[in-house]
Amino acid sequence: MLLKDEVGMLQRVPLFSAIEPTKLKLLAFTSDRVSYSAGQILFRQGDEGDAAYVILSGRADILVDSDSGPIKVAELEPNSIVGEIAILCNSSRTATVRAASPLEALRIRKDHFLRLMREFPEMTIEILRVLADRLSHTTADLIDARSAK
Amino acid sequence: MEASLARYIWTHTKKQQLWILMIVVLSMIPYFMSFDLPKLIVNGPIQGRGFEQPGATQPFMRLHYNLPFIGEVQFFSGFQLDRKETLFALSLVFLLLVVINGLFKFYINTYKGRLGERMLRRIRFDLVDRVLRFPPVYFKRVKSAEVATMVKDEVEPLGGFIGDAFLQPVLLGGQALTAMLFIMIQNVWLGMIAVVIVAIQIVLIPRMRRRLIVLGRQRQLTARALSGRVGEIVDGIGAVHVHDTSNYERADIAARLGLIFKIRFDLYQWKFMVKFLNNFLAQLTPFLFYMIGGYLVILGRLDVGQLVAVIGAYKDLPGPMKELIDWDQDRQDVQVKYQQVVEQFTVEGLIAPKIGALTIDDPDPMTKPLSAINLSIADDGGAMLLNRISLQVKPGETVALVSTATGGAEALAEAFARLNWPDSGRVASGTDDLLELPEAVTGRRMSYASSDVFLFQASLRDNLLYGLKHAPLTSVPYDGAAAEQHRWNIHEARRSGNPDLDIHSDWINYASAGATGPHDLFEAVRRVLDAVVLSRDILDLGLRSSADLTRHTELARRIVELRAALRTRLEQEGLSGLVVPFEPGAYNKEATIGQNLLFGAAAGPELADRALAANPYFASVLRQAGLDRTLYEMGLEIAKQAIELFADLPPDHQFFQQLAFMSAEEIPAYETLLQRLKNRPYEAVPEHDRAMIVTLSFAYIEPRHRFGLLSDELMSKIVAARNRFYEDLPPELHNAVERYDPAKYIAAATVMDNVLFGRVGNNHPDAPDRIRSIVYDILDELGLYGELLDVGLDFNVGSGGRRLTGGQRQKLDVARALLKRPDFLILNRPLSALDQRMQDKVLRNVLEEARRDGHSPAIVWVVTNPAMAMMFDRVIVFDSGQLAEDGSHETLLAGNGIFKELLS
Repeated sequence: MLLKDEVGMLQRVPLFSAIEPTKLKLLAFTSDRVSYSAGQILFRQGDEGDAAYVILSGRADILVDSDSGPIKVAELEPNSIVGEIAILCNSSRTATVRAASPLEALRIRKDHFLRLMREFPEMTIEILRVLADRLSHTTADLIDARSAK
Repeated sequence: MEASLARYIWTHTKKQQLWILMIVVLSMIPYFMSFDLPKLIVNGPIQGRGFEQPGATQPFMRLHYNLPFIGEVQFFSGFQLDRKETLFALSLVFLLLVVINGLFKFYINTYKGRLGERMLRRIRFDLVDRVLRFPPVYFKRVKSAEVATMVKDEVEPLGGFIGDAFLQPVLLGGQALTAMLFIMIQNVWLGMIAVVIVAIQIVLIPRMRRRLIVLGRQRQLTARALSGRVGEIVDGIGAVHVHDTSNYERADIAARLGLIFKIRFDLYQWKFMVKFLNNFLAQLTPFLFYMIGGYLVILGRLDVGQLVAVIGAYKDLPGPMKELIDWDQDRQDVQVKYQQVVEQFTVEGLIAPKIGALTIDDPDPMTKPLSAINLSIADDGGAMLLNRISLQVKPGETVALVSTATGGAEALAEAFARLNWPDSGRVASGTDDLLELPEAVTGRRMSYASSDVFLFQASLRDNLLYGLKHAPLTSVPYDGAAAEQHRWNIHEARRSGNPDLDIHSDWINYASAGATGPHDLFEAVRRVLDAVVLSRDILDLGLRSSADLTRHTELARRIVELRAALRTRLEQEGLSGLVVPFEPGAYNKEATIGQNLLFGAAAGPELADRALAANPYFASVLRQAGLDRTLYEMGLEIAKQAIELFADLPPDHQFFQQLAFMSAEEIPAYETLLQRLKNRPYEAVPEHDRAMIVTLSFAYIEPRHRFGLLSDELMSKIVAARNRFYEDLPPELHNAVERYDPAKYIAAATVMDNVLFGRVGNNHPDAPDRIRSIVYDILDELGLYGELLDVGLDFNVGSGGRRLTGGQRQKLDVARALLKRPDFLILNRPLSALDQRMQDKVLRNVLEEARRDGHSPAIVWVVTNPAMAMMFDRVIVFDSGQLAEDGSHETLLAGNGIFKELLS
């Protein structure tokens, strides 16, 4: 896959959809293209968050440790981004991500990601929007869970 | 050192001075003979005096003397020569005298030069010898750069002066006196005039020069302070940038330079003024001669011949006088410099020479306890660091010194290491004052490491073994020219009062490291490095550096085996995809196009980096392979992409680290270049611009940059070009490149590159780490681990060890202290740069390593954290310079004292 195809992929990621293609190209160029075989770990729960990943092809599982071993909580499809939370809050990884099939991804380093946010407010606003969206979903879920009790 | 330069010179060179004086007197004989000869030639054969009759002859080389009482004695009646023969004979004698005079001059100048250089060597050595013997407190006040300037620059002019120190006044004084005497004989009155003027010169000029001396001294002091400040800026460059004080430094330097300028300008003005006066006085005398002498002639009291002779003789007077006065100026100048330096180097409490005397044989172990008796130490400001402390450390005991912030444990450790001298009381080994013991005992039977580490700019190995280099232990056999050189070295060293210790001897005291020689020293080194947990860092350094093949032959010999082992291992673990190996007939996608074309490591500047595209032979190979245009177009595309991506970013943007093709500074240049080359046919592009563009393509790696520029056809063309390149490689490039050969070690490449013999895939983020640990495994399996550690030990630590991290420096310092296997190991917060977990680990290792093989040294450790004290036999707690508690860890813990408070 070439740089220009990656730009096309990035444009389909909601977080980046509002950013001009030339900036996306810069983001793609400065990111590392990484590939994993099925079963390989992208990062582990508890690790320090040093990068976010955009899945270009293949699938990955999100796993959370529990007393009875890891539980799969979600699945990642192409064009999704993962690991951005740990970068934004300077916290450790909240989950483990494991490739479920041969996987191609773009690895965006933390300092590059933060630099881009600082330089392109439209991207920051987009990220805020996505996060706020997620928060409202989570709040709704919480309310549902509370009222169901 | 003598306060007077003349005395210093006389003490060390009186024999030589007398000898050269004698030679000079001797040289006067042919010198005066050569004055007389032209007259003989002109009057005799040329004018024909004595040859009036045709066929007349004259004796040549007749030796006859008029001796008192005996009368005329003839030793040799001489050859009878006619007019022409005499002319040739006398001319040849003239030539001979020219040669003899020249040779005398040559000998005298060489002799004087050598004399001066020897003295310069002696004085420089004396100064450095003193530096080695200064008491510790002196170094708190002096800047290293100032001491260096004194040793190097300020004594330099002494060398030139020393040869002339005694010779010049005798010689010139003699000449001046002769001329004066001649004038006196011609006419007393005219003589008196000359004497008066000369007297005025002699009295007045030196007086005026006193100011010159004062200015000279100021010049020296300000220049020295300048070099001190420059040294400080270099050492403290970090602080300058951190605090944005570079303009403050600029102002300071400018102010100093201004002051120096003023002093120097004053100096010039005054100097030329003195010169003017001197010249004026010298010219005044002929004026008086003409006027008064002429007047006397008119009165008839003096005849014209006498006046002409006096004026003639006076011509010879100013020359020597001027030189004599110049000599005196030099003398005063040099004397001032010398005094300045000697003053700086005259220090109270110099360490006695016997303390640092060379001792070949190892001293007996220190079996007596180390004690502080009523010890008080104050800092420079007078505050008490330690107040009347008495304690004893028994051999074999391990003691933790725990200290509150103002405790003073560090001062005690420094006192044990003799780095801080007691203000009252003393430190003793048994009954001997520690300061009276020779360094041969304390430096070999005790070791010290602290948080303040000093490393020399040398390899890790040299720094580690530095603590073992006490004395030259082997005599090196020299033969042929080297033996001659060695003899000369020793002779000259002795002549200049330098020691003749051979720096090329093996200075390493293997026995004290528990080894018997170079072959098993490495074991000891490895153990101490493991103990301080530094081995891994050094291995990493080893992998990243290129090995010196004269030393590490084993690596080169077994490289094929190593590469094969790595391949097998990667296959076994299913990791073959991580590394793409170099194959002579295939394109390596993970390597750059440049690497694929050259397929070798550049061993010289001709084919390295940017020079590659510009190399005419390489360009011709590209042309023949039909690649020149393709790569040019590829370079243009890369330039366009790179500029599109990066042109808007500020030059310091961190994204530029990702741009392998060009630096941020080059972007504008490429932008204009692209503009210029737009729509221009390839043929019309100048050679230089082509190289600029083509070079961009050399850095391209398809999987990493993903511009989609590489096709199968291009790859096969590149492989073909690679072979063509090596087929006709011109001889001058043979040493500029080492071709990748699966069966050969590449000396110019790093150890890692040699073992990998390929490129790590770009799309596996954790590949480098995994491969590194596999490589370590393999090296260990093949028994090459030690060899790699040895390669790592070649790493140059940089000025003051700054190429290592603070933690690495401290670990190295501890390793160095351990390696000596001392009887008393003093460690003064030695690992403060490490985190607590690592400190605990190293502490445990060090205690174990120090006691290996039944060795039981006393260990005194100033701990950074009271919890570390648990590992020691005895704990001593300091508070406000007082010894607060002393006992085993359990007793102190059971008590309710400061220790317990510190722990909680």
